[in-house]
Amino acid sequence: MEKELQIALVGNPNAGKSSLFNRMTGLNQRVGNFPGITVDKKTGKMPLPNGGKAQVLDLPGTYSLYPTSLDERIVLNVLTNRQHPDFPDLVVYVADVTNLGRHLLLLTQLVDLQLPVVLALNMMDLAEKANLTIHQDRLSLQLGIPVIKVNGRTGAGLEQLKIAALQTQKPRQPFTQPPPDMAHLIQEVQARIGLAHTYEALLTAHHFRNFPHLTEAQRAKIAQVVTPETFPSIKLQVEETIERFGKIERLVHQTIIPNPLKGEQDLTTRLDNLLTHPLYGLAIFFGLLFLMFQAVFAWAEYPMNLIDQGMGALKSSVDALLPDTFWASLITDGIITGIGGVVIFVPQIAILTAFIALLEEIGYMSRAVFLSDHLMRRFGLNGRSMVSLVSGAACAIPAIMATRTIGNWKERLITVFVTPFISCSARIPVYTVLIAFAVPAKYYLGWINLQGLTILGLYLLGLFAALGSAYVLQLILKTEEKSYLVLEMPQYRMPHWQNLGLTVWEKVRAFVLEAGKVILLISVVLWALASFGPPGQMEAAAKRARANHPNPQTQETAVAAAQLEASFAGQMGKLMEPVIAPLGFDWKIGIALVTSFAAREVFVASIATIYGMGEEADEQTVLQSLKNRKGADGQMGVFSPATAASLLVFYVLAMQCMSTLAVVKRETGSWKWPMLQLGYMTALAYLLSLLTYQILQ
Amino acid sequence: MKTVAQLKRGESGTISAFRDMDSAMKLMEVGLLPGSKIKIMRTTPFGGPVYLKFGQSYLALRLEEADNILLEA
Repeated sequence: MEKELQIALVGNPNAGKSSLFNRMTGLNQRVGNFPGITVDKKTGKMPLPNGGKAQVLDLPGTYSLYPTSLDERIVLNVLTNRQHPDFPDLVVYVADVTNLGRHLLLLTQLVDLQLPVVLALNMMDLAEKANLTIHQDRLSLQLGIPVIKVNGRTGAGLEQLKIAALQTQKPRQPFTQPPPDMAHLIQEVQARIGLAHTYEALLTAHHFRNFPHLTEAQRAKIAQVVTPETFPSIKLQVEETIERFGKIERLVHQTIIPNPLKGEQDLTTRLDNLLTHPLYGLAIFFGLLFLMFQAVFAWAEYPMNLIDQGMGALKSSVDALLPDTFWASLITDGIITGIGGVVIFVPQIAILTAFIALLEEIGYMSRAVFLSDHLMRRFGLNGRSMVSLVSGAACAIPAIMATRTIGNWKERLITVFVTPFISCSARIPVYTVLIAFAVPAKYYLGWINLQGLTILGLYLLGLFAALGSAYVLQLILKTEEKSYLVLEMPQYRMPHWQNLGLTVWEKVRAFVLEAGKVILLISVVLWALASFGPPGQMEAAAKRARANHPNPQTQETAVAAAQLEASFAGQMGKLMEPVIAPLGFDWKIGIALVTSFAAREVFVASIATIYGMGEEADEQTVLQSLKNRKGADGQMGVFSPATAASLLVFYVLAMQCMSTLAVVKRETGSWKWPMLQLGYMTALAYLLSLLTYQILQ
Repeated sequence: MKTVAQLKRGESGTISAFRDMDSAMKLMEVGLLPGSKIKIMRTTPFGGPVYLKFGQSYLALRLEEADNILLEA
């Protein structure tokens, strides 16, 4: 079989790359305005007119080959390393034709790298609206590459683009020449590590310290000739950029002719008069956040109840069908409980993702960054951190991945470090169950619910912990890097509803498949730990319980409780008890804490299993069940308000999510940061829970 | 010499040069070059970022970055 043609999509942020990618591959992905939307490696297959297929890679949006963020570095590393597995046979360069002068800088650099490249002039619909005359042939001739008009939203021009892709050669001529006074040095670099192209050698001289594909020996060879004295990197970058833009401006002037407009009104300017206003803009921003939380709590309730009832019914019918055996117990108490614990979160996650994706789609997120940058900086963060903190209210994992657009290492690290303090949706069920214990359902002024106020307080506690920790970290961490914010404000536009739906679908699917796997597995492991014990001990415990409780009515529960205490899970909890006793926690809570580490929402399922409520494992019934036992079960069967409050504080602050730790490891490149995070958050949680319990008790 | 940071809302200017070349690259990459005409859309109180328009583009910068951009007299 013939090798597939490898195509890389490259372009500035907001060039419309993602929509075109969807059109090319038919794979449905998200389209958005917010920079960094394509940070993950996205690939797809595209059929070609000759019957073959191409593999298309959507690279992160970037402005030039002089990277300032992690995203941009990925593009540089792929395109300058001919041995890279993703090195393309062909680049499709996507540019916004209505703003072509700004979009061509990176293209001219690719031309000078002598990469085979096609220029796709995107947003042709807007060009027609703006009444532009485009001399496509002149542009193609002067750049030395094919130029195709496309519309990423409708797919117009795609067939011509595919035909051009099959015929594309290297650019006919370079766009610029390296500076003459560097010619000798560039020859040296070329000779020393064997590079064919002069611009590649020039880029190597700029970046060799950070190029992952060079060996130490090669770096040493380059360092012999490239020193700050012989090669003033910044000065050369500035001169190169000015030279390129000068040539680009002349080129665009000759090829894109603006015609008089027919009285267009500037919607973005008018909207931003309100939305970026220091007072009204901020008020609207907080109003939107409030609406978002309201939606998560209020609207998600109905579907969640339905799911709950459905799972309960499923379990009873399976229970009735199967004989009372090991397998029946595994299926109902292990597997169905586990699946229920996953599915119950779908409504909340769907609503939150839909909200955040909508704000991104219409272009509002950049305004949120603009409004919050100044405040965030006092805590050593960046306006872009706000996006992560807000997303963290849904789930810390996508929130931490979104930090890649923060160019400054220190600000990015602090954001990654403190985001898990923001109460994620997985904490909601834990809060719901525990608040009912610690807080009476009183009303003030007729409508302010005390329990609702407590939830708000817990979110605020998380936010304060995040900002306070950021403030401290900012004082500790040292960096030479300058902090900056150069933020493009995309024009407002109507959302693509189809894209929005797909985004939500993808996030929910990822949660169910990725997090769900872990939760289900833990649920089964937990069931096993609670059902088995060291040889002989389970039977002995059951025997003793039977002897002590001759009354057949109480005997069954007593036996179950005794067996659980003797099981592996009981042993683990007891091992922990001395450590967590000062917080008001007993060994049963200890088990729940351990299992919560898989995912916090497992807490409710764990408590249900531990207290032998396999058949009634939703929050309301767990709650009822725990409350009803208050009188009957004297031996630490229930939580006192002080214990519940202490547990709440613990769940706000503790790092209890292995998936988050795994993501932090991936994003920071080592185990150092996730381990520090785990230690710090757990210590803080322990101290404040201790304080809470000792005061309330 | 006047910088973008000193402009008020609604005022315009033409970029002449940058004070600090190290930080200028990020501005130049997005198309803010000597000769570009800019207009201030919004400033924020207490030294927050500025929001400006140039050509067909909208951009937000911190005050320090705006102060790096020198204007033609």
